[in-house]
Amino acid sequence: MSGYAHPEALVDTAWVSDHLNDPKVRIVECNEDILLYDQGHIPGAIKIDWVGELNDPIIRDYLDRERFEKLMIAKGISNDTTVVFYGDKHNWWATYALWVFKLFGHPDARIMNGGRAKWIAEGRPLTREVPSYPPGEYHAPERNDAAIRAFRDQVLAHIRQPGTALVDVRSPQEYTGERLHMPEYPQEGALRGGHIPTAVSIPWASAVREDSTFKSADELRELYASKGITPDKDVIAYCRIGERSSHTWFVLTYLLGYPKVRNYDGSWTEWGNAVGLPIEK
Amino acid sequence: MAVSDIPGGLPPRLHAIVEEFRAADRAEKLELLLEYSDRLPPLPEEWRNNRAAMEQVHECATPVYAAAESHEGRLTFHIDVPEEAPTVRGYAALLREGLEGATPEMVLAVPGDFFYAMGLQQALSPQRLNGISYLLAYLKRLATRELAKQSP
Repeated sequence: MSGYAHPEALVDTAWVSDHLNDPKVRIVECNEDILLYDQGHIPGAIKIDWVGELNDPIIRDYLDRERFEKLMIAKGISNDTTVVFYGDKHNWWATYALWVFKLFGHPDARIMNGGRAKWIAEGRPLTREVPSYPPGEYHAPERNDAAIRAFRDQVLAHIRQPGTALVDVRSPQEYTGERLHMPEYPQEGALRGGHIPTAVSIPWASAVREDSTFKSADELRELYASKGITPDKDVIAYCRIGERSSHTWFVLTYLLGYPKVRNYDGSWTEWGNAVGLPIEK
Repeated sequence: MAVSDIPGGLPPRLHAIVEEFRAADRAEKLELLLEYSDRLPPLPEEWRNNRAAMEQVHECATPVYAAAESHEGRLTFHIDVPEEAPTVRGYAALLREGLEGATPEMVLAVPGDFFYAMGLQQALSPQRLNGISYLLAYLKRLATRELAKQSP
């Protein structure tokens, strides 16, 4: 993990294995499939469901300060807990959960490199036993969207400004507008196909190797810089609902140390449905 | 019809499964779904080595394959779902059990939104429901084909 700008944001499977009983560490599984944790998880790990626990149940938004505090207390997480996320599909939802934790400024949040797939590939143990921990002590600040989250109007202003960059991390077919959804995923209701003007296409999973671990710092730097996504720019990433782009947000922020990266979680399901917004094909 | 009403005309086994789910609370529904996932039988050998002859459910995020066999006009479905997708597996297993021994006509009569009566929307988000709801459409396609074979 040498060469990364913030290597402390990543741990490997061996580190997790050594910290399974560390009371200062909470291992958190976050998956696309809501039953995957129940089918078997890292011993001592808890589950956070991104749909049921991180989203507001009514408005298209994330939970507020009060709910976040309650969630942390219930999960046995305190302000000084080291939270290590892992999950399925190259840690896609793990980075999404980490991004939401960072909206509330949780200080020590990390990703287990390689995620669930690597843990299993290494023959490490899984259990169906659900642990219970004493309640955490948590005081959250108000959610701060300004630093790492972008909204539609900001994106519209952004694409007219010099010194900015926009990354579309969806599949190439979604970028060109040939498809309205991910290959092999159901249509989720965008009325128009294409991409936001000025956006470059760098599919999110190009940042990982076959074993789900992140590529080296040099490979990643080359991958993004070759498309003009450089650290001197004000960068916004988007996808369909903001989950794949949180993976890219993590890579740019923690592995490459870009100072200004935001995730536009409205993404294509907002942009591709909004009236009058510009679209390129 | 209220969405919680069980639609008429479901095959008896599927009707019983829908009732079982409807009576369960959110956490119990998820437990039930995992139990179904756990007992989805592996593909019979003749199909395991012949996935090309099966129907791939392209709308699912994971590779899902389905096939139908007919014995004296009664259907058995074989569905293959990877273990990393237990939600889809669970849904596939309950469809498989619920439609076991049904005639093609009975399969075609199952309303495409019957899972609302199970209350699955309490446990699964629209994103998740959207993917699995395609599976029944594929089973119906297979049933239509079996029906065509039966007609002279």
